[in-house]
Formats: sequence, structure tokens, C-alpha cells
Amino acid sequence: MAPELLTMTGITKTFPGVRALDGVDLDVRAGEVHCLLGQNGAGKSTLIKVLAGAHQPDEGEIRWQGEPVRLATPIAAMRLGIATIYQELDLVEHLSVTENIFLGNEVASRGVIRARDARTRAAALLARLGHPEIDPDVTVGALPAAGQQIVSVARALSHDVRLIVMDEPSAALDPDEVDNLFRIVAGLTADGVAVVYISHRLEEIRRIGDRVSVLKDGRAAARGMPARTTETREFVALMTGREVQYAFPERPRHVEQPVDRVLRAAPRPPVLCTEQLAREGEFAPLDLELRAGEITGLAGLVGSGRSEILETLAGARRPTAGRILVDGTPLRPGNVTAAVRAGIGLAPEERKSQALLMLESVTSNVSLSSLPRFSTGGWLDRARERARARDRTRGLALHPDDPDRPVRTLSGGNQQKVVLARWLLRECRVLLLDEPTRGVDVGARAELYRVVRRLADSGVAVLLVSSEVPEVLGLADRVLVLREGRVVHTAPARELDEHRVLDLVMEGSPSC
Amino acid sequence: MLSPTGAEAGADADAVKEPARRPASPSRRGIGVPRAGLRHLSLAGVLVVLVAVGAFTRPEQFLTADNLQLILTQSSVIGVVTVGVTFVIIGGGIDLSVGAIVALASVWATTVATQEFGLGGVLLCALAVGLGCGLVNGVLIAYGPMVPFIATLAMLASARGLALLISDGKTQVVTVPSVLDLGVSDSYVLGVPPLVLVFAAVAVLGWLVLGRTTFGRRTVAVGGNAEASRLAGIAVRRQRLLLYLLSGLCCGIAAFMLIVLTGSGQNTNGNLYELDAIAAAIIGGTLLSGGRGTITGSVLGVLVFTTITNLFALNNLQTDVQQIAKGAIIVAAVLVQKGRKSP
Repeated sequence: MAPELLTMTGITKTFPGVRALDGVDLDVRAGEVHCLLGQNGAGKSTLIKVLAGAHQPDEGEIRWQGEPVRLATPIAAMRLGIATIYQELDLVEHLSVTENIFLGNEVASRGVIRARDARTRAAALLARLGHPEIDPDVTVGALPAAGQQIVSVARALSHDVRLIVMDEPSAALDPDEVDNLFRIVAGLTADGVAVVYISHRLEEIRRIGDRVSVLKDGRAAARGMPARTTETREFVALMTGREVQYAFPERPRHVEQPVDRVLRAAPRPPVLCTEQLAREGEFAPLDLELRAGEITGLAGLVGSGRSEILETLAGARRPTAGRILVDGTPLRPGNVTAAVRAGIGLAPEERKSQALLMLESVTSNVSLSSLPRFSTGGWLDRARERARARDRTRGLALHPDDPDRPVRTLSGGNQQKVVLARWLLRECRVLLLDEPTRGVDVGARAELYRVVRRLADSGVAVLLVSSEVPEVLGLADRVLVLREGRVVHTAPARELDEHRVLDLVMEGSPSC
Repeated sequence: MLSPTGAEAGADADAVKEPARRPASPSRRGIGVPRAGLRHLSLAGVLVVLVAVGAFTRPEQFLTADNLQLILTQSSVIGVVTVGVTFVIIGGGIDLSVGAIVALASVWATTVATQEFGLGGVLLCALAVGLGCGLVNGVLIAYGPMVPFIATLAMLASARGLALLISDGKTQVVTVPSVLDLGVSDSYVLGVPPLVLVFAAVAVLGWLVLGRTTFGRRTVAVGGNAEASRLAGIAVRRQRLLLYLLSGLCCGIAAFMLIVLTGSGQNTNGNLYELDAIAAAIIGGTLLSGGRGTITGSVLGVLVFTTITNLFALNNLQTDVQQIAKGAIIVAAVLVQKGRKSP
């Protein structure tokens, strides 16, 4: 058996309000492909950042070839021979392939770059990776995603690398590109390099993985399981069944029991529907119906097209085919202002960069989409604006209840409430929620769930996207499972369970 | 209804955590109004110090009505330009073309052909040229879309060139009596030159528009986070266009003021106004990256600069020393702001 290259013991990392890692153990051997499995928020990203020297653990020990080490900076990690290839490639678009490969590690004598030397070495690295066709002189921005990834791997190899961490490297690749990636991985391990491989796709893990460790809620749920022989059911079981049980609000009875609904009242007509709505390369033609009072959930992985669907509905992206109808009237495509006017509101995934004015007050943020309502001839009635905004934030129990406070001083959950209050004030009829609980601590989540349910009860049609399956199942009435831009399954939430959804999301075929 | 009471475990957890975080936050709180107020206060303090220095070094010259009138008049033209530039910067843009637009507008409005239409003709022409240049800037930037730095740099070059072409490098003397009358002391209102009144009016209007109107709010929003503004349903491109139109309009007003002040139009007018205006806005606390700034700060910034220039002139110091001092003040002001931003 190969010797332990890396041993991490009891790694703990706490961020304000979240314990991202809670005593994780991990051991990696030279020449193996060690896979990390876990749901979003399980702590995978934090763990690899600790490994890359980008985060410092609060507690725990890291041993490298048996010696205790401290990975104080990314450079320290690199010197040891640990290279990380992040999901979002960290390449400089305008520089050439060669320049990117040797970035920060330039081939130079006395500060003068030896360009020809560097180019030769870059070409050799690319050839070793099976891609001699990549021109070392071309700018990286001109390469396709797969090519850029090769450059990232080449950069890792330009150091004397012993361990490569790959964070979902296959997410942006076509099937044959994935095959090539696997050839590269196999080549690396044959040279004795260890690979820590993160992926949601079980089929991949079975193909190239040697051992699997499963993370759940910041802990290692299982370590070093055989990748090929462990049953899917077992993996899924390890990833799910979390200890923190979220308290989900009850669904209104008429949605739970369709028979009842038919008896009591005719079903409400859809507020929004789409007809073969599609964006090439992002999501396949989609027929969607969002009804007043109903929460529709979209379950899917990052890159499955879920955010793209939401942004298209909100007018932030222009569809390449199909149309969106609100109350039967076609919506002007690719125009956010028109969508907002039609009553569609988007609470985007990246709250800070896409939704909030961080320096501005709660009031300014809440009223942003409703300014004309508080103005006559462009003149703002600030007292009325503040009062109305406050009505909304009070209703959502914003804490602290201070309309003049800059939103950057609020916690994640309260910032999300500010975004919701904005659309409440706008009296929107379709609310699109993209990862509404990201960065929200566990305690505040239950409260957000109740807010969302209450919004639906008040007659808003809600479309919810979340990569946390329990959240979709617990909150939504109806669930659409999305895989690689296609809806693979639709069912009432109560007919699905976490295992089934995870299976569908990861493999696309029912297996248990 | 949701209520943060006992049964609500989630709300409770948050409420318990919050006080623990509070001790660190009072200083972080209120970065909006109170902090801006503090900055204005310190700028006003600098102004007071400068006045004291003036009164001390040149007691018989500095604190005279004539000299104070001079300082205010000199502040007026660049002050009006600065108000427009402040809006553009808060909205996330930059306008390098203001000086050139002032030159072009002043030249165009003082051609023999324009002067035939009298005061109204000169005024309308100056405003129209300003608005026209602003429109070109705005369309290029908002709908091009071009980077503001480059679009307005191009405008800087071509507007100056056009001004030279029209004037042929000659000073165009104003012969319309009603225009010239505005510059002489007979037209002063209670001892205040009309130009200063125009500056005051523009500043007050700018202050009101920025703080009390949807236009002002959207300016801050677009400059602070363009993507969030877009997703909130704000017509970001239209807002950008309007901001450059506003800046152009301010240039037109400033050009007319300069015509009144000098009794002429010249293609060298407004030289380096873009730098003075940006510098005044920056030391007034406007964030160069957009999203934050005040008209009050910009006005104080302009007054500080003009007073320094005046002080140096009275003390027979050369313009080179003035330039160095201005540079030092810009650096000092920005460093002080940086120091406060992260306590």
C-alpha cells in the first residue's frame, strides 16, 4: 500500500455564523485518485481552500509525508507541491498560454523572461497532457473551456507537484473532453501524483476514483471507501440524513390534496407560463407554469441551467427560442424593466453583487424598484418611502429594525429579507428565488422559509432554485428536477424524497 | 404574521447572536449621512484654516470684499462644471471632456453669427452645444457601449479641435451689451455677482436632485451596483445617458458664465477643468468608483482649491508651487478618507 502523502486531522474552520468544517479528517496517498463527495454546503470548498493555503483552519493538524506543516499561504502550499485547480479557473485571459502556465513562476534569469525557453517548456507540458495542438502563444481567452482547463493543469505541473486538487473539473466539459481529462488524471497518478477529485457525478467517481470520502455538514461522514464497489445507495445515504432538521412551514391543504382543490374551487390560472422557452447551450425548451399561491422548486446542480432559467424569466437574459407569457400576454424578451413592470421579481444568487447596494440604507434598497410610487414629477416623498419600506421590513421581522442602517452591516439572512421586501413593496406576482438561503445561517433559515411560504399564501407565484435538496423538498409544492439543462422529472414534492432527487440530479436515471 | 418572539427559534437565534456582534459595529454604522457630515466638517475646517492663513499673511488684502468676491467668482465657473462631474462620477462614470466642451461652447456662442441674436442667442447656443456634446458622450457610453474614459477622452480631443477650427485660435470679443452688463458691478445683487448666484442655484439644485429625486437615487444606485440596479428594473442605460446630458448642460452654463466673466470666447477656455473638477469632487468625498458622493463636498472642494490659488497669488508664489500644493491636498484628502473607511 502506498504511503500516506497527506493526513488532515480534526480540521475545524468557523466563519461568522457558520461552522463550515467541524473536525474533518482526510488522508490521501501518493498515486491515488481520492474523491470528495458531499452536498453543497457540506464543506468541500472550505476544505480544499484550507489545503490550498487560502484559509487557515481554527483547529486541526495537517501532516505532509508524515511531517506536521502549516499551509500559511497559497505559496507555501505550492512549495510543498500542492496545486489546486478551482472550478472558476484562475487564468489571466489576456495573457498567452505560456505566460499563464508560468505566471508567478516565470522562466527568467535576473528578472528578464527567457521567452523561448518558457515556450519550449510550455509546449512540452502541453504535449505531456496530450494536447500538443494548443498553441503556447495564443491568448487564453481565445481557448474553449476545455483548453483553459488543460492550461490550468499544465500550470500545476510546471511546479514540482505531488498533489493536485480538482474542484468539479468536468462541470464545463463535453463527454469526449471528460475522457481526455481522465486520461490526464490516469497519467498523473501513474507518475505517483495524488489527485483529490471533487465531483457530483457518481459515474465519474466510479470510473477514475480509487477511494471516496464523504463530507456532510462539515464532518467526514465516511473516509476512504472503495470508489468502485460501494453502492450508490450507500453514498447517497451518507450524504443525506443531516442532523439539522429544518423546520419547514406546512403546506396549505389545497395544494397537498388536488382532489380537495377541485372540489373547493377551480384551480387558479397560471400567472406565468413559458412556451418552449430555451437558451442555446444553457437549457432545453421548457414549458413551465407558475400558479398564484404555489411554490415551484427547481432542483439541480450548479451548471444545470437553473440560474439561467431564472435570469431568463426575469428578463436578464434573452431567450434564443420560445416565449414567456404573464397572464397570457407575451413579455418583451430580454428586458428586465418590462419584466419588473409585469410583476416579476428576481432575488438573485449573488446577493451582494447582483441585488444590493451595500453602502446604502435598508430603505434605499427596499424602495429601489418602486421609486415612481413615492414620487411626483421625479420628486421623492422620502417620509412616505421610508414608512412604506419599513412596513415591509417589519412584516419580515428584519433585525435590527433600523431603516437607515446600511445593508452591509446586516447578516446574510437579513440582507435576503431586504431583497424580499423590495419585491413585496413592488407588489410583484412572480417571485424568482435563486439560492435564497445561501450564506444564511441555519437558525435564520427556518424564518426565511416561513417568509417565503407566507408570500405564496398571499397569492404570489414562487419559483425556487436551491442546490440543497431538502430545502426544495421541504418548501416547494411541486418539484422540477433539472439535469444538464433539461427537466428530467416533475412531481409533487411530497412524492419525492432526498435520495430519489439526488439520484436524478447526479445520474439522471432512477436507481433505487 | 411573523414575530420575533419565543416560539420563533430562527428569529431568536439571530437575535441572540446580534448583540454579540454589536460592540464592533457602532463605528461601522452610519457610513451614510453622519460620515459625510464629518467629512464636510473637516473640509470646512480646512477652509477656515486657509482663510486664517490669508488673513494673517495678507491682512490688508485677503479679507476685503473685493477679494472674497473674486474667490467666489473664480469658484463659480469651475463649481458649476464640478456639480455635473460629481453626478457623473457618483453614477459610476467619468467625464474628461468638460474643459473642452466649455471651450467649444464658449467659442460657438461668441461667433459673430451667434452674437447677432443677442443675449438669448449666446445663452441658448452655449447650452445647446453643451447638451449636444453630452448627448454624444452619453449615447456612446450608454448604447455603444464604450468605456467612459475613452469616449470622453475622444470628446476632449475633438471638442478642443472644433473650438480651434471655429475660432481660428483668435479671441472672439463679445459685443452684445446685455451680456457684458452681467459682468460689471452694477448688476451685483446685494453685492453678490450674478455668476456667484448662478453657481449657488446650480449647487442647491444639484443637492436637491441628488438627495430628493428618483433621478438622484437612481444615479447612486447605478453607480453603486449597476447589475443590481438592472435586475431591480432600473433603466441603467437611460440613466447613464441622462448623466452625461446633465454634465454637458453644466458645461454649457459654465461656458456662458465664462463668456460673461471674460467678455470673450476663446478656444483655450476651460483648460484642465476636467482635472480640477474631478479633484474637487474627490477631495469632497466622492468615490471615484461611483455610488457615493455629495454636492456639498464637491462645492467645498472647489472653494478650497480656489482659496489656495488666491492665497498663493496674493503671496506672490508661482503657479508651479500651486500645482504641487494641489497635488499634495488631493493625496492627503484621499489618504484621510481611506483611513476612516476601515477603522
